[in-house]
Amino acid sequence: MIAEQENYKHINGWGIDADPKNEPTYPIKNYTEDDHKRINWDRPVLQQPTVEVLHSNERPGYSAVIGETLPPSGLSGKLRRYAFQFSESSYGHWLPLLLADRINELEGIADDLRNGKIPNIMAERGWNAEWKYNRLGVMRKIAVGAVAVGVIAALCKLKKRS
Amino acid sequence: MQAMNYRGPFRVRIENKPTPEILHPNDAVVRVTRSCICGSDLHLYHGMVPDTRVGTTFGHEFIGVVEEIGPSVQNLKVGDQVLVPFNIACGQCAFCKQGLYGNCHESNSMATAVGGIFGYSHTAGGFDGGQAEYVRVPYADVGPTVIPEGMDHDDALLLTDVVPTGYQAAEMAGIKMGDTVVVFGAGPVGIMAAKCAWLFGAGRVIVIDHLEYRLEFVRSYAQCEAYNFKSLEDPVLFIKKTTDWFGADVCIDAVGSDACGSALHTITGKKLMLQAGAATALHWAVNAVKKGGIVSIVGVYGPTDNLVPIGNVVNKGITIRANQASVKRLLPRLIEHVQAGRLNPKEIITHRIPLEEVSDAYHIFSAKLDNCIKPVLITGKA
Repeated sequence: MIAEQENYKHINGWGIDADPKNEPTYPIKNYTEDDHKRINWDRPVLQQPTVEVLHSNERPGYSAVIGETLPPSGLSGKLRRYAFQFSESSYGHWLPLLLADRINELEGIADDLRNGKIPNIMAERGWNAEWKYNRLGVMRKIAVGAVAVGVIAALCKLKKRS
Repeated sequence: MQAMNYRGPFRVRIENKPTPEILHPNDAVVRVTRSCICGSDLHLYHGMVPDTRVGTTFGHEFIGVVEEIGPSVQNLKVGDQVLVPFNIACGQCAFCKQGLYGNCHESNSMATAVGGIFGYSHTAGGFDGGQAEYVRVPYADVGPTVIPEGMDHDDALLLTDVVPTGYQAAEMAGIKMGDTVVVFGAGPVGIMAAKCAWLFGAGRVIVIDHLEYRLEFVRSYAQCEAYNFKSLEDPVLFIKKTTDWFGADVCIDAVGSDACGSALHTITGKKLMLQAGAATALHWAVNAVKKGGIVSIVGVYGPTDNLVPIGNVVNKGITIRANQASVKRLLPRLIEHVQAGRLNPKEIITHRIPLEEVSDAYHIFSAKLDNCIKPVLITGKA
């Protein structure tokens, strides 16, 4: 503190109203002086990535441990790489990631088909449970769907006749 | 091994995956005995969290048995039964050293705003989660905690997230003896926040939700008042009236981005995704709290923006406190509470579903079928 007062002696009143009790983060944060050392802590052993891992441009490199699941690939991967050129504060980061997620869903279906697997989308969406616990709701959805298809078909027929 | 596999919004299935390996000297591989689906998993399931890649295995609430440890692991041994906090934390960075284990800077390369979380998208680090037979657990010397002898494993399971998050919601609220605490959301975290509010000396606890079966449960479990906002003309006005036109001392948002109750928020946040989910609960919390009051947020929101009445935050002098729960910091105290019978987490479990039926489990929880409050997935090798 005395050394710091020396550093700021050109500022009249520096630190005169500092109150150590004014610490709104207590007890969530056990405040130490570590924040002022910035990112210069003793780092854990660093994991070396074995696949492509993207990292936020708001940090100088990788964290010490890395999630190596599902490296970016395909069109969605290209979008993800593009997104990581922007900071987490930018829509340029998040919107391409959301778009990549939607494209990735289609890539997943294409991968399934390529591997000779037809995805059972109804089962994946938990329709067994829907049928078990909300049978009336399922019937209602089917009825609404049938009516909608019927109306569209009737309209098409009318259009053809005219 | 078998693992839950995300295929796109509202689509998950069980699939075979390679068993995880030790990738860092302080890793462990844990054989999962049971895991939960968390309310925040539903944000992933609904496709609301950016960089959720097809093929990801979700699951940040799990317990299991240590199968393998890396060469530098000292605090665990093979065969230990452990509960694993949802945050991946190094214990060495400036944030971990100050108790902010939910904000570790050495566990997530892909974003600086959030620490690593098991199975919570690449935005939270790209780690697979515990809705699987096995899971890789980084920093095995820091997070995983041996389950105390005699503790029910269902209680231990809920100590990985739900209990600490509910407890921290109440802790951050700075509750003073006799305070009126309003909790928005009667999901598992809201239920636990209401229960924990009493531990901090609340004088009155009110829970707001729209699902009658959950309101009925929380009334009895957390000995609190519970109201259905659908039967209230305006929940904010109701809270003002019921606090002698003063406002609640404390409001807790235990809902996050999947809230119901406002057409504007639902359309712009959940349908059009023009904001990071529906911030209805937070909106109500800001407007229902007293001047100079505290709003505590543990509901999960996306990383972009939300419509929140920030002008009222300023004009009313509201203090907002929010964070991911720091599970490791809270565990010793919470284990005491569970062992003393002050908290009984396992009572909130309503469904036990085999991992193989994960698609149905997600749908049951998401669609609120069969009066579901908290589903647990049981793995085949448990």
